[in-house]
Amino acid sequence: MTTARTRRRVNRTATHILLAVGAALVILPFLFMTSTSLKSQTQVLEYPPRLLPTDPTLDNYTEVLTGEQFGVYFANSLIVAVAATAITLVISSLLAYAFARLDFPGKEPIFYGLLVGMMIPPVMLIIPQFLIARQLALLNTLTGLIVIYVTMNLALQTFLLRGFFEDVPRELEEAAIIDGAGPGTILWRVILPLSRAGLAVVAIFTFLYAWDEFPWAHVAIQETSKRTLPIAIALFHGQHATQWGKVFAASMIALIPIVLLFVFLQRYFIRGISTTGIKG
Amino acid sequence: MKETPADPALLARRERQGGSDQRSERPVGGSTKAGPPIGRSRLRKLGVALLFLLPGLVVFFTFVLGPMAYSLRISFFDWNIIHPETSEWVGFANYTRALNDPKFGRAVANTLAYTAITVPAQIVLGTGIAILLNKAIRGRVLYRVLYYLPVVTPWVIVALLFKFLFIGQGGLVNHVLRNVLGVIDQDVLWLADPILIFAPIITLGIWKGLGWTAVIVLAGLQTIPVELEEVAKVDGATAWNRFRYITVPLLRPTLVFLLVVLVVGGLNAYVSNLLITDGGQPFGETHFVLTLMYQETFDRLDFGYGASISYLLTALVFVISVVQLRLLRRKVDL
Repeated sequence: MTTARTRRRVNRTATHILLAVGAALVILPFLFMTSTSLKSQTQVLEYPPRLLPTDPTLDNYTEVLTGEQFGVYFANSLIVAVAATAITLVISSLLAYAFARLDFPGKEPIFYGLLVGMMIPPVMLIIPQFLIARQLALLNTLTGLIVIYVTMNLALQTFLLRGFFEDVPRELEEAAIIDGAGPGTILWRVILPLSRAGLAVVAIFTFLYAWDEFPWAHVAIQETSKRTLPIAIALFHGQHATQWGKVFAASMIALIPIVLLFVFLQRYFIRGISTTGIKG
Repeated sequence: MKETPADPALLARRERQGGSDQRSERPVGGSTKAGPPIGRSRLRKLGVALLFLLPGLVVFFTFVLGPMAYSLRISFFDWNIIHPETSEWVGFANYTRALNDPKFGRAVANTLAYTAITVPAQIVLGTGIAILLNKAIRGRVLYRVLYYLPVVTPWVIVALLFKFLFIGQGGLVNHVLRNVLGVIDQDVLWLADPILIFAPIITLGIWKGLGWTAVIVLAGLQTIPVELEEVAKVDGATAWNRFRYITVPLLRPTLVFLLVVLVVGGLNAYVSNLLITDGGQPFGETHFVLTLMYQETFDRLDFGYGASISYLLTALVFVISVVQLRLLRRKVDL
């Protein structure tokens, strides 16, 4: 009896040790990035590398924000991500409602067409999207980024929302129908309020996508003032290859919204991933 | 205007009857009621649905299907980006050129090797973490946050971070290998070698995907009834046998899903390679398919060639996915 109990305790301790060591390895690069962002240029590649800066300074942060316009890039990223998220929520809710609840000719083929669209490798579309965006004068504009981010999220998010909408019990709609509500009212008053978790999942992952996206912004934006954080950071590194302190100060700034989102909405994240298999 | 709210309501009620009740009732309702003929009611339904579908379909046709067709067309031309109307039809020349281009072959080999290494590593390590997380009740939330942090961090940031860690002189990886573990006696110049440069790219791929894989496997593990394992334990099955004969078979659908999704992701790897190799450096031998496509298209402005590369990659992704599903589906169904 006692041996079984001690064995279980040893087992549990071993589990925690393994998990803690693994987590430490996973987190170590982040710690090193944080410490590098607090080092002056002379200490960045000092030998041997130090995990804790001897003389921490916030200079990199102030220089990146004032001298390098990272405040502007941050605002651009925020505008693009918020707008893309809001528009994706609206359009994919409408689509998802039609597929979940309405009955119309051609429903199945349209739905499967959308699913096929979900499987197209996004970078494959970059060339023609570039040419079409040029035709529509969308290059070098934040609108051009927003439009493509909505596009690239539409199919997947519609598919996810459709699942959440189908889970809303139909009985709840009956009262609204008897009161003479049309499909628009039902969607707005009944389905959406009952699908908050699903909307949260869609919002989080669309926002993250837009915040992270690099390939499209990289080809679509040439003008400095229109850069979003990922291209601004990559181009800054390209021009100042050795100024790692500033590169990581800018990166840390770019991480703020993600960490906030992640820490406060963790349960939506996990639920979203484990119930839908969405890839963050 | 007064009738308009009633009309959708009627439609919605009819929709509800058709949808929630058995399908066989629908034609009965349609034929007994003296309402509008079926053709018109179907049109009306389509009209209502279109209000919901239109914004999405417009976006989808303009920016997904339209571009795909356009890209296919471009891939058969020596495309002139300045004067498209002067572009010359070249048939399959762009495709044959890619298939005979040693740079393209090298890029495909690099991409396949990257996928072949990172995908199994993510699945094995992710499954290990998930099994541990499934046991550890206390601290599970914290661990999940820590392991998931790389997943949500933008690719640009982590790519530059791994480049920094693998710097030859003064980089953290060399320091650990040399002074802490003592496995090398002089600094390795990771970023200057066309093979070794894949070390940061591959470790990054594994490190970034681990958390997602673990969360998916954990969700799969939690659907396995605890009683099954307990019964096996009572019968004297060892931990390995329980894993081999209970966990793995029941986890198979999850693992197949992971395999397919991760392979597609691996074949589409792009940002990490672009930033760590500075576009194929050294010697232009380190490209992935997509970084090569980017360079041919936007640096050399050879849009036709770039488009043909993108179609070849899509074909490769499609074929590999179908083969995987074909080979593994039977076993999933058991």
